[in-house]
Amino acid sequence: MSLLTIKNLSARVEEKDILKGFNLTVNPGEVHAIMGPNGSGKSTLASVLAGNESYEVTGGEVDFDGKDLLDMAPEERAREGLFLAFQYPVEIPGVSNVNFMKAAVTEVRKHRGLEPLVAKDFLAYMKEKKELVELDGKLAGRSVNEGFSGGEKKRNEIFQMAMLDPKLGILDETDSGLDIDALRIVANGVNKLKSKDKAFIVITHYQRLLDYIVPDFVHVLYDGKIVRSGTKELALELEEKGYDWIKEELTEA
Amino acid sequence: MAEENQALKDFTEKEYEYGWSVDIETDELPKGLSEDTVRAISEKKEEPEWLLKWRLKAYRHWLTLKEPKWAHVKYPEIDFQDMIYYSAPKNKPEISSLDEVDEDMLKTFEKLGISLEEQKRLMNVAGSNVAVDAVFDSVSVKTTFQETLREKGVIFCSFSEAVKDHPDLVRKYLGSVVPYTDNYYATLNSAVFSDGSFCYIPKGVRCPMELSTYFRINAMNTGQFERTLVIADEDSYCSYLEGCTAPQRDENQLHAAVVELVAHKGAEIKYSTVQNWYPGDKNGKGGIYNFVTKRGICTGAYAKISWTQVETGSAVTWKYPSTILKGDNSIGEFYSVAVTNNYQQADTGTKMIHLGKNTKSTVISKGISAGFSNNSYRGLVKIGKNATNARNFSQCDSLLLSSTSGAHTFPYIECGNKSAKVEHEATTSKVGEDQIFYCNQRGLDTEQAIGLIVNGYCKEVLNKLPMEFAVEAQKLLSISLEGSVG
Repeated sequence: MSLLTIKNLSARVEEKDILKGFNLTVNPGEVHAIMGPNGSGKSTLASVLAGNESYEVTGGEVDFDGKDLLDMAPEERAREGLFLAFQYPVEIPGVSNVNFMKAAVTEVRKHRGLEPLVAKDFLAYMKEKKELVELDGKLAGRSVNEGFSGGEKKRNEIFQMAMLDPKLGILDETDSGLDIDALRIVANGVNKLKSKDKAFIVITHYQRLLDYIVPDFVHVLYDGKIVRSGTKELALELEEKGYDWIKEELTEA
Repeated sequence: MAEENQALKDFTEKEYEYGWSVDIETDELPKGLSEDTVRAISEKKEEPEWLLKWRLKAYRHWLTLKEPKWAHVKYPEIDFQDMIYYSAPKNKPEISSLDEVDEDMLKTFEKLGISLEEQKRLMNVAGSNVAVDAVFDSVSVKTTFQETLREKGVIFCSFSEAVKDHPDLVRKYLGSVVPYTDNYYATLNSAVFSDGSFCYIPKGVRCPMELSTYFRINAMNTGQFERTLVIADEDSYCSYLEGCTAPQRDENQLHAAVVELVAHKGAEIKYSTVQNWYPGDKNGKGGIYNFVTKRGICTGAYAKISWTQVETGSAVTWKYPSTILKGDNSIGEFYSVAVTNNYQQADTGTKMIHLGKNTKSTVISKGISAGFSNNSYRGLVKIGKNATNARNFSQCDSLLLSSTSGAHTFPYIECGNKSAKVEHEATTSKVGEDQIFYCNQRGLDTEQAIGLIVNGYCKEVLNKLPMEFAVEAQKLLSISLEGSVG
């Protein structure tokens, strides 16, 4: 059974239609890359799936692991195992990463019928995940994203993803603003989290990230829908030729 | 977004959790205020002549005063004749162990979640040290841990006991920081105060436990006028915790307390308050009028007074815990979180009066307004002409959780010495929807998200609270603010 099935999804923000009949099926164990020029709807897709209420869904349906995703509040989606690594993670001054994660992990565990971890076990769990994604120890003790560099924020997103152990991880342009070392660390983190029951949607503007996170499928999003799908070779082709040839093809057709 | 606002609204409109009252037989005076009332209180308490005289002087002075109107708060005229000025539980228990405390009363404390039993357990199990003087309506019922304290020479008892057992100390210090002529409510308190707490730490003694008082207003139409006096003799230290809850009543109740702190040379007093008096219902009906005068004086060199307050309750709060920095190199601190919701109004802040050389003060104030409430910071930093090298740093932050609430800052600075350095910073912000969504995406619902964000916002202040209080204060913040972005 597929993990995520998106059928004919349409959405708009501030009266402007962004997604116009978007279709996608993601099975467990798969990595899907979604590429596309600026303004094609990539980040809208991520926001709509996560339940950001600034976006209005105007049509279509989304099935997530047998449940109606669009019917769920954002926190329920998260507890059901949908994780969004934000393009611009927000700062929460005064709230330490440890406390933030403790609250989040406790909620997710509760949803899965598990008791909260006692402090000692939680810290051990946190240490394990920190090492997995090579997160600097001192970042964990600081306030959520406060004063973090761009790279640190992105790494913190991957760390949180590791902590919450989602079924589906959506990376919204996680590579933007990262130098090559940070990119490698972030990608390694994702690769270590990959398993046969988990899936990832990697949203990116450039092919670069896909050198490190190798996708099973690459989709090109243009004007609110997928206009082309293929394997990783498609990404290379895009890198070489840019997006214009697709636009041209579409106009001709 | 509509849904989010609804969640926020629900959170904000959560009913007061401490609304209940217990039927305990009380011994009370009839309604009304006159010289006879003052005499009757004094007589019931078997007070010495000097104290009665002092009360009467205060009462006569009060008659000449007008209720102050300068605060940024609105409330109907208070009818001082329609109040009961003395209400004591009958048969004041004389007790040596908790078993002898009236069962209903113990239940009352249990409902508060801060029972004496619990305090006791805490002490045995976790090694936490809290001595409690519980003020139930006007009379102090129970003081725990007196033995341990007595060994160190620390006096911690009800004000009435202090009047009987330590009259010289009371006579010396009563009104020495807040004179009976000070202001309308302090003067009224001086005339009719019924009880409170008294604490004396001898020279060089570091008080071995947190001293704690819980106040509760129980009986109907009783104004509560407590009096607290804390004296830290030279080079001593104490940490004093004060917590308040009041059961739900439709009519407004007046609470006009006076707290006086005296820190002698090299002494330090840390005074922490968590206040969650009944704030009124979501339409602004009922609630406590909290008109309190709190002031400390650093009489000697290197003395230090630190006020920390978390104010979430009361319909109207009017309160400025202040410090007079008389001794050279003395230090004053004020850390405050004030939360207003629904139709609550708070006008709170501090006064730092620098008189001595090299005196230093720090003011950190966090105001959080939700619903239709109004939250004002009012602070005075005054540098006297002899206060060479005085330093002050003030930071006043306001967080708005609704577009219908108000945040105001009224900082006053009077500088009489050129070498002084006074800094004031102020910010106003709103809880971001993006922050809430970020928390939602990690599995936290909107209530939890706001609780977390607000607690983070207040962290600097919460960190100053003793451990025993910090957890309770965090919970209180979440409860009083359940949901309020607009």
